[in-house]
Amino acid sequence: MKLSCIKYKIVYRILEKNNFDKSRLISILQAVQKEYKYLPEEILFFIASSLSISPAKIYGVATFFTHFTLQPKGKHIIKVCDGTACHIKKSINLIDVLRNKLEAKGKNCLIKENIFTVETVSCLGACGLAPVLIIDYDVYGQVTPDKVISLIDVILEQEMVKK
Amino acid sequence: MTKYLVVNGKKVLFNDEKNILEIIRRENIDLLTFCYYSEFSAYGSCRLCMVEVNGKDILPACSTPPENAMKIRTNTEQIIEIRKIIVELLLANHDRECTICVKSKVCQLQTLSKRLGINDIRFKNIVNEKTKDLSTYSLVREPRKCVLCGTCVRFCDEVQGIGVLDFANRGSQSMVCSSFNKDLESSECVYCGQCARVCPTGAIVPKSEVDYVWTALSDPNKKVIVAIAPAVRAAICEVFGIVCNDGSEVAGKIVTVLHSMGFAKVFDISFSADMTIVEEADEFIRRLEENKNMPMFTSCCPAWVKFVEKYYPDFISNLSSCRSPQGMYGSVAKKIIPKMLGISKKDLVVVSIMPCTAKKFEAKRIELSKDGIPDVDYVLTTQELARMIEESGLQFEKLKPSLFDMPLGFKTGSGIIFGNSGGVTEAILRNIVNNKSNKIDEVDQFSFVRGEEDLREIKVNLNKRELNVAIICGLKNARKALEDIRINKCKYNFLEVMACPGGCIGGAGQPAYTNLSVRRARTKILYEIDKAMELHKPQDNLYVQKIYKDYFDNSNNCYVHEYLHTKYKHK
Repeated sequence: MKLSCIKYKIVYRILEKNNFDKSRLISILQAVQKEYKYLPEEILFFIASSLSISPAKIYGVATFFTHFTLQPKGKHIIKVCDGTACHIKKSINLIDVLRNKLEAKGKNCLIKENIFTVETVSCLGACGLAPVLIIDYDVYGQVTPDKVISLIDVILEQEMVKK
Repeated sequence: MTKYLVVNGKKVLFNDEKNILEIIRRENIDLLTFCYYSEFSAYGSCRLCMVEVNGKDILPACSTPPENAMKIRTNTEQIIEIRKIIVELLLANHDRECTICVKSKVCQLQTLSKRLGINDIRFKNIVNEKTKDLSTYSLVREPRKCVLCGTCVRFCDEVQGIGVLDFANRGSQSMVCSSFNKDLESSECVYCGQCARVCPTGAIVPKSEVDYVWTALSDPNKKVIVAIAPAVRAAICEVFGIVCNDGSEVAGKIVTVLHSMGFAKVFDISFSADMTIVEEADEFIRRLEENKNMPMFTSCCPAWVKFVEKYYPDFISNLSSCRSPQGMYGSVAKKIIPKMLGISKKDLVVVSIMPCTAKKFEAKRIELSKDGIPDVDYVLTTQELARMIEESGLQFEKLKPSLFDMPLGFKTGSGIIFGNSGGVTEAILRNIVNNKSNKIDEVDQFSFVRGEEDLREIKVNLNKRELNVAIICGLKNARKALEDIRINKCKYNFLEVMACPGGCIGGAGQPAYTNLSVRRARTKILYEIDKAMELHKPQDNLYVQKIYKDYFDNSNNCYVHEYLHTKYKHK
């Protein structure tokens, strides 16, 4: 995938905002991820040469934090908590239901037509509401498998209408 | 006020040591470490240097600065147990195929395990499935043997300024890899191989071509010729645990060894180094007069050449167009030897033995081949030579030395000192500064260019003109010099760059060393050989003159360019 000059301009602006400061690498990566929903490889190489740090170092930072992703993500991001409390409250069932419903494979996977990405996270800090999941910025507590299906259906319907 | 520490009950004075490990080691306690190299930053990842401080804290000695009156104990029961657990845990995640590992016998993990008397591992052996990286001509990476000490990461970043390798992922998934976990061939690597030199285990090793050479040697239709680089004779003894008093004698023993292995001719890369100097000095004078593509850069270090091609393509024209000594040896040998041996060119196999991993890559460069056949077929490292000697059962220490074959075995002292940092510069000065006065000692005349610093700036008077020369080791220093040249901050006329600390004698193909004294000894051996030789100036090499006369029409035609020069381009 080749990114156009316009896209590099966006990255350049992000770099400029951060004064081309190496020590602001994490903020830069956050801004880039906000823009593209993930960290494209060629953008990371561009950042590396702009900041005079090695691509391997950037790759190290990008893979260290689970917040960053090197794979393109779907439009809606579903984060299922699999921390201790949620795990005991059978969060694994929610993940299974999502997988079946969305035909997702693997742990962190992109769903067909770029609509959903399902991720497991370690703890969302809402153990009292276990099991918890987040769809985009909305938090849902004490979720049941049926509830998951209805939530997904609503979003799918909205997406169909938009099309 | 004198400051002191108490180490195992003994009062020890200290001044400005940066950490307590240095002080403990000074006291002849070889505290085990895995990730500590005084050459670069302390990292504190292996935790083997844990010591008890003031009877309560357990701290890593490598990253603990000394404080006055600190009480340190290095061998309490608790510390001994901690060390054992650490090594056992490392071994639990390690691919323990020691019997077939290249690093066996020189592996630091193996040594540690032995020293700590570990004969049972309490933890389950879990090794991540990671594949071997065989992508380059120079190096092999085996991530299954990596212990995550990060030494390669720091070397590449802090000394070479490239940072090919770094840590990725976290926790149990942590690993050392190049960007996006690509293979080395598609990374930013220039093949200097210093990562392999500093790797305590067999996770990065030079790629071996020994098997190909044995095959060629046992082929009755082939004639195999070989040449050894100057630096090889300075280090081979280390492998056999012999003290080297006379480098020339060692070189003679290598000749004997190679002859008995079946090599038809044994030559010396120092011969073609003499040739390189004659050409390079000539080129330098010409370019200086024309003021074209100045400053001129040396081009004998293949890692440096690749570095320029990759990162500073705008400086490519500054590189000397001369082939490296290996390059000249290959082209000259392929041109003149078949006739000499009465064989056809395709039956000649040209081998070189170098202190360097990047030379393996250089030999495969398309620019250094003719009609699709490389000038040098196989490149062995000093380590591989040692392996071949061991394999053949020849007892190196007992062998009698013999003489190099002619014509490519004749050399002057200039061709020998090539292996040291500053050697190329010194040899070129010997060539261009025509001093007929007998009063001046040819050996010591330019010895002021020698030294251990990684960046040395010197001024030389050439026909009333002052020349600025920079002698550099380590690509990070080279990068800085190039940046300075770019902004016109410094006015150099000539730049000698070697990627490895100390020059070729510190190359990654040499037996791995951790102590600077080893490198110093090698440097000294080469200067001693030069001192003991009769001729010191490359232009005095009679056989170089003969080759020019017989084959290159007295250096006056296009042959010279075809065989002794080359071109580089942006990669």
